[in-house]
Amino acid sequence: MSKQLENKSWVERVLKHYITRTVAKKFLILWVVVTLSFLIVRALPGNPVDIMVINLMDSQNLSEDEARTRAASLLRLDLNAPLHEQYFDFLGNLVRGDLGESYVLARGKSVTEIVFQRLPWTLFSVGVSLLISFTLGMFLGMLAAYKRNSLLDQVLTNFSAMIGAVPNTLWAIILVLLLGVVWKVVPLNLMRGSLSPGIKPGFTLEFVVDLFKHWAVPGLVYVLTTLGGWMLAMRSNTVSVLGDDYVTVARARGLPDFRIITAYVGRNASLPSVTALAISIGFLLGGSTVIEFIFVYQGVGLLMSQAITKRDYPVMQGILLVTTITVIISTAIADLLYGWLDPRIRIQGNEE
Amino acid sequence: MKNLMHKLTAFGAEILKTLKLIARNKMGFVGFLALLLLIFMSYVGPLIVEPEMRANVKQIYKPPSWEHPLGTDFQGRENWIMLVHGGAEVITVAFLAGLLTTIIAVVVGAASAFFGDWVDDSIMTVTDTWLALPRGILLIVTAYFVSLEDVWTLALFLAVFGWPSLARQVRSQFLSLKKREYIEAAQLLNLGAPHIIFREMLPNMMSYILLALIESMIGAIYSQTYLVFLGLVPFGNNWGVLFSLAYAKNAIYNPNAMASLLVPMGGIVALQLSLIMFSRSLEEVFNPRLRVGV
Repeated sequence: MSKQLENKSWVERVLKHYITRTVAKKFLILWVVVTLSFLIVRALPGNPVDIMVINLMDSQNLSEDEARTRAASLLRLDLNAPLHEQYFDFLGNLVRGDLGESYVLARGKSVTEIVFQRLPWTLFSVGVSLLISFTLGMFLGMLAAYKRNSLLDQVLTNFSAMIGAVPNTLWAIILVLLLGVVWKVVPLNLMRGSLSPGIKPGFTLEFVVDLFKHWAVPGLVYVLTTLGGWMLAMRSNTVSVLGDDYVTVARARGLPDFRIITAYVGRNASLPSVTALAISIGFLLGGSTVIEFIFVYQGVGLLMSQAITKRDYPVMQGILLVTTITVIISTAIADLLYGWLDPRIRIQGNEE
Repeated sequence: MKNLMHKLTAFGAEILKTLKLIARNKMGFVGFLALLLLIFMSYVGPLIVEPEMRANVKQIYKPPSWEHPLGTDFQGRENWIMLVHGGAEVITVAFLAGLLTTIIAVVVGAASAFFGDWVDDSIMTVTDTWLALPRGILLIVTAYFVSLEDVWTLALFLAVFGWPSLARQVRSQFLSLKKREYIEAAQLLNLGAPHIIFREMLPNMMSYILLALIESMIGAIYSQTYLVFLGLVPFGNNWGVLFSLAYAKNAIYNPNAMASLLVPMGGIVALQLSLIMFSRSLEEVFNPRLRVGV
């Protein structure tokens, strides 16, 4: 960045433009999800609030009126007010970070607290897997593109497409079955839970080792289900970049192959995948619901499946909102990163 | 009428040509045959084989043997009969969802590319917003509240969540078609948007759309599987429900019950693999550049 200091004035202007655009889009997305999640609970046929009231009457022995006031206080809404007022209340609460209270899973605990307790686990397991899968996919994709139409290429592309088509649920079950039950290479307790009992989170070697041991198999599922996508995208991008003039020129100039591969081909071919990286976080967070359920991994995904079985609406709503914000932040980072990696984007703004 | 007949024969000849090309690609041909076999088993099979309606307490969890070719499940039902009866629903949902996804994506993508300007801007903003949502979680939460009780609702639901990335691809395909000379000529002749889109552009995109359809089907089966596994799609004895039930009954740790878990899982995996093999070879057929290498 320091090199650009001398022409700071216009760089700053352009950057600002790009950033304002990006930020405005993120707010739009956030607003859509917030509104959707309000509508889901308040305006959907089948009226979730009524079901919640009935649940409360059943489980906590309340009269209907008591249950109704209780539901209202849990959701932090005045259920008798007109819908648009409730909507604004809801927005106000959200700005204050108040997502209501859990009423089944952890009675009386605030949703924000519960979700933020679980979120780091999911972000760790999904994030590390995504980085591995992305890096590996970029590498294999380039390899396949360089050796295109060879046997290696055929094997790589076909296998990765097949691996990616098998649903994550099935992969998780297959891996537990093969690694834990049939071959017995991974002890089953490493595939249940996210830490061994008795180990406290902290900067100790013991903790880090245990953390990665528990991450390994669920992590493998994330990698297997996403690797193919990265690889195929990188392959086709590399093939098209390889035909570009600047690569031919670089070759003609006698640059070493390694430099051409990394600085010319690799950088340009991997650019489109950087934005896809952020989108895939949202995709993986959805998948984590099933995977964490199967591996009893203590993240938001498991929380989600528990909230579904226990019908804990405030928690479900909270997870939806918190994951949306997480995804928005990560896409924003990716967008800015993209703008930094590819100056053309910064200058043209938003063109394809 | 005569015109229609003529078109039909031309269409038939086209299909025959494609089939010949597919037969040339071994992997694609295997995928194609497997797909036909699965469809035949799932739609014709139930007409021949009586469904297992009653539980049979005496033969719960029998491992595969001569008497029980694929073993029995937790209610003593034959796994192979459940396999035959459990496919139709999965394939129907996948096909309908794929079809609806493709229709939405083509309409949206075509409109966006064809009209350009503010139409394009606003449609693409909506698409990007939809694409940037944590759709997995949103899918689960909405699936919980919307009651997905029949095949059509589930298919429509999956389509509503599946269209955006395809719409983007269709749009860029249309944009590149739009620059061709014969489209520009049609525009100069003022033939009207519907005519140009449906009579000039779409026929040239049929191969692409067919691929998109298969891809959407694969995606629909993928999402369907985890929705069923989470218990959000409460209908039928289809493969998804069967393997989820077996998993819930801890069949994974019981060697005798393993077959009741693996057989329906095998159905889903076979379906996905045959679809992907078929689509990859179709891609080769439709895109001559891939055949000779770029």
